[in-house]
Amino acid sequence: MEWDWDFVRQILPTLIQGVKITILATLLGSVLAAIVGLGIALARRSPNRALSRTIGFLAEFIRGTPLLVQLYFIFYVLPDFGVLLPPLVAGVIGLGLHYGTYTAEVYRAGIDNVPRGQWEAAKACNLNATQTWTHIIMPQAIPPMIPALANYFIAMFKETPLLSAITVLELMNQAKSVANTYYRYIEPITLVGAFFLAISLFSVVLLRWLEHRYGRIER
Amino acid sequence: MTQWSGYFGLILQGALVTIELTLMGSVLALIMAFLAGLGRLSRFFVLRALATAYIEFFRGTSIFVQLFWAYFVLPFAGISLTPLQAGVLALGLNVGAYAAEVVRGAIKSIGREQYEACTALNLGRWQAMRHIILPQALLVMLPTFGNNAIELLKATAVVSLISLADLTFQAQVVRSQTGNTLVPFSTILVIYFVLALLISWGVRSLERRMARGLDGVRV
Repeated sequence: MEWDWDFVRQILPTLIQGVKITILATLLGSVLAAIVGLGIALARRSPNRALSRTIGFLAEFIRGTPLLVQLYFIFYVLPDFGVLLPPLVAGVIGLGLHYGTYTAEVYRAGIDNVPRGQWEAAKACNLNATQTWTHIIMPQAIPPMIPALANYFIAMFKETPLLSAITVLELMNQAKSVANTYYRYIEPITLVGAFFLAISLFSVVLLRWLEHRYGRIER
Repeated sequence: MTQWSGYFGLILQGALVTIELTLMGSVLALIMAFLAGLGRLSRFFVLRALATAYIEFFRGTSIFVQLFWAYFVLPFAGISLTPLQAGVLALGLNVGAYAAEVVRGAIKSIGREQYEACTALNLGRWQAMRHIILPQALLVMLPTFGNNAIELLKATAVVSLISLADLTFQAQVVRSQTGNTLVPFSTILVIYFVLALLISWGVRSLERRMARGLDGVRV
């Protein structure tokens, strides 16, 4: 079977519809992952043993199980408990939770990298816990984390095709439906691959620049 | 009352398929990792270029897209694969690309003095690699290989989408036959987690075995 440019031109608008959803899911998922990761990292530092252990185990569990199954869980099991989510929302929650457990490690390394003296100085200046975190620790911890966080967001972007399994109409799902309608798989699936490859080659350049700009976390 | 024992048998069959996929995928990934990792360190430009192209290509797109490509597009090129073959191929090549960077990093982490000692002892390039560099580099690679193997295990869930009867696929079968969602999905989440724990435990004990007798040698 031959590559057919006319067919490519015909399906491109449908695929672009999918690209929009893919990007939307990545952006929302990244925001959620950044928040969840911070929450997990802070909870694991909590002096409350029960809290830090429970959150630690949950994060381990989420990291040790496939994203696809977690998506199924959110999409198919939660409705039994009365939580009915639209596919895109379920997908974003899945991505955010899964990658949140990865970004939590980045936060942990970033926070551990702030020298002890900064904590002591904050105490000496009579800052309370909230002030110490917002004015002293976080402003120093976050910039070196940015490249590592961006790395996980790019990884998340590449995983968004999984959302097609819970009926989100993102790029992969549009490609599959086009392919099934016309029974031509070469163009749609190859275009999806080319799209992700192009974005990820571009993101390599972006990451290099971020590392150059903000440095990287040692460890 | 649902006949849970029968359904549990289905899930166990799925677990066997998942384990089989993980093992065969890991073997292929290990071979590709050493080929591409050593290729990137080669003296010959062609080998370096080939290895880099392979690594960038397979890291740039997600396992899902690669799997669909292998399963749906390759038949048009005259290569028909069974779901199991497509699964092993995609998983092995994808994870192999990530592990290749681990191989390269570990070999580069071996100190200059080791290479100089090899030159002083008049060892050839291959002899130095085989007897001096690789035995030390292997120990550096091992922990990250363990993480890669867990990523591979998690990625096997995706093959359920090309109708290979792995854990996730069987859970879907049980779900459609019983209408119960909580039990099958919780069960497979736990099974995946236990398998991931087994891998990390196995890698850790292997590491301890290989590090035996090296105390004080490595810094």
